[in-house]
This record gives sequence, structure tokens and C-alpha cells, in this order.
Amino acid sequence: MKILVLISNVPDTTTKIRFTGDNTSFDDAGVQWIINPWDELALTRAMELKEAGGVDTITVANVGEKSTEPTLRKALAVGADDAIRIDAPAKDAFFVAAQLAEVAKGYDLILAGIEASDYNGNAVGGMLAEILDFNSVSAVSGINIEGDSFKVNREIDGGSQVLTISGPLVAIVQKGIAKEPRIPAMRGIMMARKKPLVVAPPVDAHEKTQFVNFELPPPKAACKMVDEENAKEIITLLHEEAKVL
Amino acid sequence: MSILVYTENWDGKFKKLSFELVSYAAAIAKEMGSTVTALSVGNVADDELNKLGNYGAAKILTVNDDRFSTLDNRALAKAVVAAAQNETAKIVIFANNNLGKAIAPRVSVVLQAGLVGGVMALPVTFDPFVVKKKVFTGKAFANVKFDTDVKVITLAQNSYDLVETENNATIEAFNPDIADSVFATSVSETNKVTGQVLLSDAEIVISGGRGMKSGDNWGGLEELADLLNAGMACSRPVSDEGWRPHSEHVGQTGKIIAPNIYFAFGISGAIQHLGGVSSSKIIVAINKDAEAPIFETADYGIIGDVNKVIPQLIEGVKEM
Ligand SMILES: Cc1cc2nc3c(=O)[nH]c(=O)nc-3n(C[C@H](O)[C@H](O)[C@H](O)COP(=O)(O)OP(=O)(O)OC[C@H]3O[C@@H](n4cnc5c(N)ncnc54)[C@H](O)[C@@H]3O)c2cc1C
Ligand SMILES: Nc1ncnc2c1ncn2[C@@H]1O[C@H](COP(=O)(O)O)[C@@H](O)[C@H]1O
Repeated sequence: MKILVLISNVPDTTTKIRFTGDNTSFDDAGVQWIINPWDELALTRAMELKEAGGVDTITVANVGEKSTEPTLRKALAVGADDAIRIDAPAKDAFFVAAQLAEVAKGYDLILAGIEASDYNGNAVGGMLAEILDFNSVSAVSGINIEGDSFKVNREIDGGSQVLTISGPLVAIVQKGIAKEPRIPAMRGIMMARKKPLVVAPPVDAHEKTQFVNFELPPPKAACKMVDEENAKEIITLLHEEAKVL
Repeated sequence: MSILVYTENWDGKFKKLSFELVSYAAAIAKEMGSTVTALSVGNVADDELNKLGNYGAAKILTVNDDRFSTLDNRALAKAVVAAAQNETAKIVIFANNNLGKAIAPRVSVVLQAGLVGGVMALPVTFDPFVVKKKVFTGKAFANVKFDTDVKVITLAQNSYDLVETENNATIEAFNPDIADSVFATSVSETNKVTGQVLLSDAEIVISGGRGMKSGDNWGGLEELADLLNAGMACSRPVSDEGWRPHSEHVGQTGKIIAPNIYFAFGISGAIQHLGGVSSSKIIVAINKDAEAPIFETADYGIIGDVNKVIPQLIEGVKEM
């Protein structure tokens, strides 16, 4: 079995968000880049499945410019066997999915995150599944291999389910898929330098949406304080002033 | 030409969000001189289907085919695509929930439509068609323009109020022709959350953090939630410690919610936590540390001990 883990390269979750060019583009000056948290957990689960036997290789793939390579190297250091970078800026979700579709054939299981923490698209995994005409399950919180099929836990709106589904499968993962993300050990970092990182040219695809501009939330009014001894007053304020109760 | 809305029911009753989606679609339809068609999958009685008409659906397509009960993503997407083509829909609208996120991307590919997920309000402009959404987990907003004739949107929860209209809806059975072989999902177990307010539907949410000190300390918060008909939530360390179930974890790596009131008890307000709750209308923070970052985001605050504050709030609600 071959697993492909999609890796999105995103700003560290504590990054202070700023924009440049009259709020038309993200200001990446001084930003620390990380593997998107869901992708990090997906990779962790892929490693666990490989250690349990039955998985031959784990490949990681990213659509991005050369500047994303340290993130792919980190994924190799965590334990992926090889990496593919499709050499193009990630325009919109469709553009990215169309690129990934070129390299994703031949894998039995593709793991994507439910959303990238930068533009919160919630889209690439599902689009890729449709382009490839693969099965997909979203909001996946657990996955195991059962022969040619997969046993999957997923969250539904108002509960959870256990299901079986055949491959090739795109599993779009969320909380629960793995407990703690693995971090690279020294040995992993050394080995990662020698692992293959293939750069593939982009294919022709057109994005279907474009960012016009960005806005920061308006500054918040100061928090209205109530004394600990008069805590009840909060209820009155919510009722009479905020009118939400 | 029409606007297609994917509605969701729970054991034959529509979820409130379905009425939100139809109201939202009706407002867009009015602006564009179009009509709203609602798609309903599952066994729903005509009385209930008719309720969609109260919010502006002109036509209701009902798919009553048990094979869809497994929520197979590929099959459901094909059904929505068939309905969209049948109605020559220019816009297809889903909720930005688990199911909407699962199907909308697939549908957008087949319809060669752009997709924007988590839209927060009516379009900013119609020509060009520009919508606003949250980015960077709520730290900023983006205006996004569609370059396609057909558009797919998922609407963020609590973004649009219900608007009742005159009901002239017609109901039609719809039977998309989908081969058995497409249905690949076989469900062996379903656990529905029962007897409590669903976190994603809750208008008031009571949430506790590490400041609650242990898993045995939640009685007061549960009582408060009961009185206010509120959903329960918690910060990540709380669910990691097993003090509360994982389904209650909110934040960037948990659930993203947007209730009218979010009560944060003993939560410091880390950026990743706020990512899941910053769209709440009103945030109330109770924390003993005056410097806790949660007070920068909160609308109302108490610097104090949760153990002293909770009983007073319970009393206050009872007196209301
Ligand atoms: C990639 C990533 C993703 C993450 N995702 C999430 C996420 O989705 N959700 C999430 O919540 N966290 C997330 N975190 C963790 C986050 O950074 C914080 O560690 C976490 O939110 C802190 O939880 P807390 O506020 O409950 O605990 P603490 O930060 O320990 O805060 C406890 C608070 O309780 C107060 N307190 C203590 N005793 C009392 C008392 N008796 N009365 C009143 N107040 C009291 C303290 O003053 C303190 O402010 C993530 C972190 C990373 C790196
Ligand atoms: N540029 C990219 N390269 C590779 N995978 C990506 C890229 N962007 C998004 N993904 C994958 O798609 C998931 C969802 O991203 P999005 O649809 O952008 O929210 C991410 O968690 C990744 O697994």
C-alpha cells in the first residue's frame, strides 16, 4: 500500500497577520512557516500505519514555490520516504487540486487536512477526490487499513460514525486522527537530507476564484468589567445592554 | 436559472440551518432576479418540506432514496450535481458544516464552478460576484471574487437570520439516476449526540478551560448550561486531559463555533483557542488573572475565581 500525504505550508499559528500592497497580499516578512497542523497529524497517522505493517511507502506532496522546501524537508525528517514539490504558487483550491491530481494517481490512500490554517479553504481534498474520481470521506477522526479497504471514524453533524470504504480513498482528516504530532529527531533530520525531493513542473490549470483584498477585524471596544462580588450583574448586562439573553 | 440550496434534516426534521440557508439564498435570488430551489435528501414528510417554502424556496426537490443514508460523499455529490443541472443553477449553497465541507468541493469540480467556503454574509457585490470570508482562522477577512459562471458557496454558521416570506412552494420528487456501484460507504455504527444541545447549533455556549482544575468540577457549568439551554465546550488541554469529551474541544484544531454568547471560564485565550470562538457575538470571560489575553477579546469580563462566580451566575439566571 502506498500513502500520499498532502502538505500545506502555512504561517506558524501564532503569527501576527499583516497585509501589504494596499491590503492585497499577505505580508510574509519574518514569518515562520510550518506544516499545516492537520497535515502534520495526517503524516503522524501515516507513520503509525506504516509501523503497524502493510504500508510500503509514504510520499508527501506540496504545490508551492521553492520557499516551501524546508517544510517538505521537515516532513521527510518526521519520516516520509520521499517528497514531491509541484513548482507553482498555490493560487486557489482548484488550481492546487488540479496540480496534485497529476501526481496522486497510483496511491491507495491520500490524506488531506480538513483545512489549511492560512486561507481556510476546506476544499483541496474533496476537489482532488472528484478530479481523480476516487472515494472520499471527510471529517475523518480515525483510520485503519482492512485488506483493500479502510475502516474509518468520521464526525457527522450531531454525532459520529464508523464506516468501511474501499480504496483508492481520499481521507480528509480532522481532530482525533492522531494524538500528538511527531517532531523530527536528530537522526531523522540527518536522513531527510538524503531522501528524494522531486520537483515537478505545473500543468495548465486556471484558478476559479481570486482574492481581491483583505481586512483586519476592527479594533475591539474595551472589555466591560464586573466585580467578582457582583457577578450576577453580568446576567443583567447580557439581558438589558447586549440584548442577547 | 435558479439558486440551489442543499438542506439537511435530522430524522425527518429540518435543522434550523436549512432555513438559514434558504433565507440567505432567497435574498440573493431577489437581487439577481432568480428563484430558489431547495434540495432535500431523505425521508421528510410534505408538511415538513413545506416549511422550506416559508423562507423563500419556490421549488422543493425531494430525493427519497435510502441508499443516500450512508452519506456517501461521491454519490451525494452526484445527486447535487444532477439537481443543479436540472435547475440550471447558477449558485449552489451548502452549510459550512461537516457535510457541506465534504460535498461542496466535489460538486464544484463537476460544475466547473469556483468554490468559496465559510462565506459570512450576503455578497459584497454581485457583478463582479465578490463574497467575504474569514481567513487565518479568524485573524483576518478576505474578499474573494469568482471568475466562473456557476458558483458554489458554503455559508458559515449563524451568518444570516431567518426571514419568513409568503409560501408558494411546489414539491417535486427527484430521482437522480446513480448506479449502485457509486455507493461505496458502508456504515457499521452511528452515535448520535442525544439529550443535549448540539455545540454547533447552540446559541449560547458554556466553556471551561484548565482553570476549572479537574474533570470533577463541571457540575456548576452543566447546571448553568441546562438553565440557559446552552451547549458545552472546552479548551484543548481539557479534552486532552480527558476532563471533557473531545467533541467539546473548540479552537483552531477543534470545532469552530459562532454562538450569540460564549462564556469562557478559566480559559487564558490563546490565539489557537480564539480561532474557534472569535466569531461569537458576545464573549464573557471569567479569569482570575487580570492579564489573561482573553480579556482583550471579551466583551464582558470578571476578574475572579470561577468557583465564586459560577454559583452567582446560576442564581442570577434563576432570578431572571
Ligand atoms: C497548533 C496548535 C493548535 C492548537 N489548537 C487549540 C485549539 O483548537 N483549542 C484550544 O483551546 N487550544 C489549542 N491550542 C493550545 C493553546 O495554545 C493553549 O495552550 C490552550 O488553549 C490553553 O488552554 P486553557 O486556556 O484552558 O489553559 P491555560 O492557558 O492554562 O489557562 C488557564 C486559565 O485559567 C485561569 N485560572 C486558573 N485558575 C482559575 C480560577 N480558579 N478561576 C478563574 N480562572 C482561573 C488562569 O489564569 C489561566 O488564564 C493549540 C496549540 C497549538 C500549538
Ligand atoms: N499548496 C498545497 N499543496 C499541497 N497540499 C495542499 C495545498 N493546499 C492545501 N493542501 C491540502 O489540502 C488541505 C486543505 O486545504 P484547503 O482546502 O486549502 O483548506 C490541507 O490540509 C492540505 O492537506
